[in-house]
Amino acid sequence: MKTFKIGGVHPEENKLSAGQPIREAQLPKQAIFSMFQHIGAPANAVVKKGDQVKVGTLLGEAGGFVSAPIYSSVSGKVSKVDVALDASGLRRMAVTVDVEGDEWEESIDRSKDLIRLSDRPELDAKTIVEKIKTAGIVGMGGATFPTHVKLCPPPGKVAECVIVNAVECEPYLTADHSLMLAHPDEILVGLQLVMKAVGVTKGYIGIENNKPDAIQLMTEKAKQYPEIEVVPLKLKYPQGGEKQLIDAVIGRQVPAPPALPIDTGAIVQNVGTCFAIYEAVMKNKPLIDRVITVTGKSLKHPSNLLARLGTPFSQLIDECGGLPEDTGKVIGGGPMMGKALLSLDVPMTKGSSGLLIMNDKEAKRAEVDPCIRCAKCVGACPMGLEPYLLAKVSELRDWDAAEQEDITSCIECGSCQFTCPSHRPLLDYIRLGKSTVMGIIRSRVAK
Amino acid sequence: MNKLIVSLSPHVHGGDSVQKNMYGVCIALLPAMLASFYFFGLGAVTVMLTSILACVFFEWAITKFVLKRQRLTILDGSAILTGMLLAFNLPSNLPLWIIILGALFAIGVGKMTFGGLGQNIFNPALAGRVFLLISFPVQMTTWPVSGEMTYLDAQTGATPLSLMQKAILEKDASILNDLPSSLDMLIGQTGGSLGEVSALLLLLGCIFMLCKKIITWHIPVSIIATVLVFAGLLHLANPIYANPLQVIFSGGLMLGACYMATDYVTSPMAPKGQLIYGVCIGLLTVIIRNWGAYPEGMSFAIIIMNAFTPLINNYCKPTRFGEVARKEAAK
Repeated sequence: MKTFKIGGVHPEENKLSAGQPIREAQLPKQAIFSMFQHIGAPANAVVKKGDQVKVGTLLGEAGGFVSAPIYSSVSGKVSKVDVALDASGLRRMAVTVDVEGDEWEESIDRSKDLIRLSDRPELDAKTIVEKIKTAGIVGMGGATFPTHVKLCPPPGKVAECVIVNAVECEPYLTADHSLMLAHPDEILVGLQLVMKAVGVTKGYIGIENNKPDAIQLMTEKAKQYPEIEVVPLKLKYPQGGEKQLIDAVIGRQVPAPPALPIDTGAIVQNVGTCFAIYEAVMKNKPLIDRVITVTGKSLKHPSNLLARLGTPFSQLIDECGGLPEDTGKVIGGGPMMGKALLSLDVPMTKGSSGLLIMNDKEAKRAEVDPCIRCAKCVGACPMGLEPYLLAKVSELRDWDAAEQEDITSCIECGSCQFTCPSHRPLLDYIRLGKSTVMGIIRSRVAK
Repeated sequence: MNKLIVSLSPHVHGGDSVQKNMYGVCIALLPAMLASFYFFGLGAVTVMLTSILACVFFEWAITKFVLKRQRLTILDGSAILTGMLLAFNLPSNLPLWIIILGALFAIGVGKMTFGGLGQNIFNPALAGRVFLLISFPVQMTTWPVSGEMTYLDAQTGATPLSLMQKAILEKDASILNDLPSSLDMLIGQTGGSLGEVSALLLLLGCIFMLCKKIITWHIPVSIIATVLVFAGLLHLANPIYANPLQVIFSGGLMLGACYMATDYVTSPMAPKGQLIYGVCIGLLTVIIRNWGAYPEGMSFAIIIMNAFTPLINNYCKPTRFGEVARKEAAK
């Protein structure tokens, strides 16, 4: 069975909510729409206090090419256009809507009927990309890179295949898994749309072998499309990393930065993104909701919720049995790469794949021992770097050495720190070094 | 509800720890330790206990009174391991004061002067052994015959290594006929230091460490393979050089290849570097054993390569992701 070639670790899976069907979350009383739900320029709010909005009404328009518009996921009245705390811990521009009823824009097709690509022969590449752009779709695995940008390769680069990222290698998270079980046909059509948009005839779906039911179902459903191949992958973290997935599925490695994944000829899209693309193109539905896993060992009912964007996290937790007494840390995303939240009142965004509640015992880091130079971090690093060294030179603020040792190749997957017997905060230091070095490189290029 | 803890990812840990690794090596050494007690009797027990206790005591005393650190590290297992390894490098009839002196050198000079765990350049146990070997050459190279259940005044005999060296010096291959068979050497039953008996049990412990992922295969395999090939070529060229199987099962080779050269702190980080390090240790060991002043070259070979480890780390980098693609693009 295929997997990526360098490094990797095996965290405990803890997929507590696996097998739980997707449950629709209740409408929030108030929804908060951050204008910063993607990488790139923020969206610019186009509504003002007092405006009436429906589900699907534009709230913020894209602030540039690498940006995405934001739509309302609820109907009601805009009560605030002001800065608000978001999941990143920053106070940034957001639109708050007080919910009244559930009225949808008429342009959205709310029927459940499956529309195949063959039903819409008039769709061409340009229309598909335009619809994806208009719908505000971004990478839903967590990176939130605007999807239409990825579908327009820079001049000189040619796409050869599309790979769907259905790996979900983060422990605890089961959102993609449950989505595949619920909507396999829609995901396949979404993949076909992406393939058509970039003009390729080969599509892969990479799924880790800890989801045999999803592999079986997708393989079954994909039989009708000879150009699509389901690739089961051997369980290993961080297989869901874009570069690792390309290596695992087609055996090509993306060269060091500034090379892009497209240099291997592959375009990678998350399963959730494919589903959103299907809805955007075939149903005219902008990105207003998504599946999110709400989980944790002390949580009463770990669940996969289909929730409207802008719903406060606290409400999602309440729907899964309420915040446990012994909560120590709440993480937006998975335990390996997710962000710890400052407050539970922040809203979910396009990139919210999970909400993990850790008890106070799990939440604390262990005492740090000296580095014993065991080289386990070197063996675990999926990018072939030397994390102990990168952390050391970053701690010593030797930025030249950090750049020399390829610190910018780090994908921040956390495998090094996960594996370190001395519990050293390797990634903390590497992040500091990486962002500093990237700043230095940018200013050098600017000169 | 308490305030939420906020920290950077990753938020989970694999559960490995310094203690698990150190005690893992200690457990791997247990069968060979028991075998040394069986073959050398009370003397081996005395040497082992003295060495471990002395190492732990010196680590505690130096941390507390010289370095004046709050956090004591004697339970992390590293001092116990150094004590065990040092004892494995000593003859079972060594006077107690020499053992204690060796432990003081190993922990005091070999480890703590550099700043303690993780900072030392040389393997502390080997530093102690080499210090004793140079300072007390007679006591360090007089071994009781295995199976004699006494401590002092035991009958001493020639070891396989001294026989091998004698054969080369006197250019007389018939001396090698006195060597025990390679099977005997594999199981035990040879004179020498505590850790020179039973290559088999040491090898078993090594497999245990590989399964537990305490070490990787690179260093032990490269050392043993290099010695096999180098000694094998010499044996083929001239029968005064011993059979390569007898070479790898004799002396401290197994102990060195599996437990001393693989010491985390003093061995290279990247797999490529570890292979270079292992091959060099193998070559040096055979060279010193055959043509050096001492019959055993393993400890010197490892100490010499310890000194080269920072240099190897500088030049041997792991294969970066995408490096193959970059090289192909350059063509």
